Amino acid sequence: MELTSRAMNTTPPPPLAISARQVNKVFNPNGAQQVIALQDINLEIPAGEFVSLIGPSGCGKSTLLRLIADLIHPTNGELLVNGQQPEEARKHRDYGFVFQSATLYDWRTVIRNVQLPLEIMGYAPQERKRRAQEMLELVELGKFGNHYPWQLSGGMQQRVSIARALAFDPSILLMDEPFGALDEFTRERMNLELLRIWYRTHKTIVFVTHSISEAVFLSNRVVIMSPRPGRITRIVDITLPYPRSFETRETETYFQKVIEVRELLREAHALDEADETPEVGQ
Amino acid sequence: MTSSRVSASGEPSRLQKLRHYTPTILVAVGVLVGWELLVRVFNIQKFLLPAPSVILNAMLNEIRLATTPGEGSILFQATLATLWSAFGGMCLGCGLGLAVALITARWTIISEAAMPFAIAANSVPIIAFAPIMNNWFGTQNPASKMSIVAIIVFFPMMINTVRGLTLVEPRQLELMQSYAAHPFTILFRLRIPNALPYIFSALRVASTLSTIGAVVAEFFGGQRVMLGVFITQEASNFNFERAWTGIIMASVIGLSFYFIVQLTERLIMPWHVSFRNTER
Repeated sequence: MELTSRAMNTTPPPPLAISARQVNKVFNPNGAQQVIALQDINLEIPAGEFVSLIGPSGCGKSTLLRLIADLIHPTNGELLVNGQQPEEARKHRDYGFVFQSATLYDWRTVIRNVQLPLEIMGYAPQERKRRAQEMLELVELGKFGNHYPWQLSGGMQQRVSIARALAFDPSILLMDEPFGALDEFTRERMNLELLRIWYRTHKTIVFVTHSISEAVFLSNRVVIMSPRPGRITRIVDITLPYPRSFETRETETYFQKVIEVRELLREAHALDEADETPEVGQ
Repeated sequence: MTSSRVSASGEPSRLQKLRHYTPTILVAVGVLVGWELLVRVFNIQKFLLPAPSVILNAMLNEIRLATTPGEGSILFQATLATLWSAFGGMCLGCGLGLAVALITARWTIISEAAMPFAIAANSVPIIAFAPIMNNWFGTQNPASKMSIVAIIVFFPMMINTVRGLTLVEPRQLELMQSYAAHPFTILFRLRIPNALPYIFSALRVASTLSTIGAVVAEFFGGQRVMLGVFITQEASNFNFERAWTGIIMASVIGLSFYFIVQLTERLIMPWHVSFRNTER
């Protein structure tokens, strides 16, 4: 529905979920170890879009995600999340965050992990249970509610953490290399799962990854970043139609896009003349 | 896959339990038989080491006295008195340790200032204060024993709890931050559950320390009906088998505390690593 109306251009363009204007982030601004993590970041993400941030270690992609999440604060520049300051957006619970590790609480069963944000946000017990179960079914773990996290595999745990991030129905999903620790097969299956969830929920997704194929397969747009100082070097439109499937990975357009992103990343890396230094902001 | 995981968290069968405890029982029986043989074969004098059968006999005699109307067993009265000092002191010390830890962990400045002192105090042999406590509260007053126990268990409890409350994975804190959670929410839903394993390991230490503390504090004097006093007096009266019954009852107190703590731990944190079935 939303997609067709947008395509027909009968409605005004969707509001911006995220807009960054000249955003800079400097760690230790007054110290000897001053590090420019992000420089002059300009990025607009319309609501409902799937955008990946990709780049080598130290390019600031995780830092940018954490700025959006208000886990750290920009040094200067204007950053808006759903038209508000990031802090307001966080307080309004506008986003769900998925970390690289599932970050489940060992002492809670799977379903009570999914209920955690709902408890904190003061949902009624019945509503908590209903939503948590619904979310577990969305990630196809409906039968595992009473298990403890350690009884699940890594991929299943990460699905629980996605269910938890979606439980309170935030409009934005921020994902920091969520499938980075998974093997290639599980990762590809999770990619399909995530796309399916995205079609159903119409969330805005900002997805940080190291994997070119993953970024191309998932996204509307891929943001290429380069390190020292961290900055955006190019944004690539991925013109592959949705819904995408396993076969999408075998099409000509897909290969072309993967090659394009890879070459842009290599150019970005060539710009990086400095020696290797440890990644900051992690 | 699913079924084996479900059964992994389920109850083991009675046969499995029996098999699990068999080596322990065999070792216990072996030690007792060896002890008995050692005493008989080498004709060891009673004041050095009485045979288990002799100690058992003395114990049965105490039980008979305790169950006969008009009579009474000093041993069991002493056990109750020591149990009370140890238990009261443990509750007091652990309660205070928890409370202080919660306060210091809330304000990191206090915690940073207090922790080095707590760690230093923890390595002081606090039992050496027993005569001082006798001066403060009176030798005959059980409070002098209870306060020693409380001080002994206070420091491990406080130190462990502060660790558990503060050593939280940064990602888990960020998750809470992303929910704009109130500090109290973070305390109750993250820091305290995270501290539970630390608190229980302190409780396990405290359960043994409290008995040792109570009995040793009683060595420095007190009413006749206390295990520490009972053991010293019976030993100096050459009633060694009776002294040994006192030692056994002190062990019973320590062990029962330990098992109660472990049982509570199983009930409160069934999710913990130590209770996972590793056969998965």
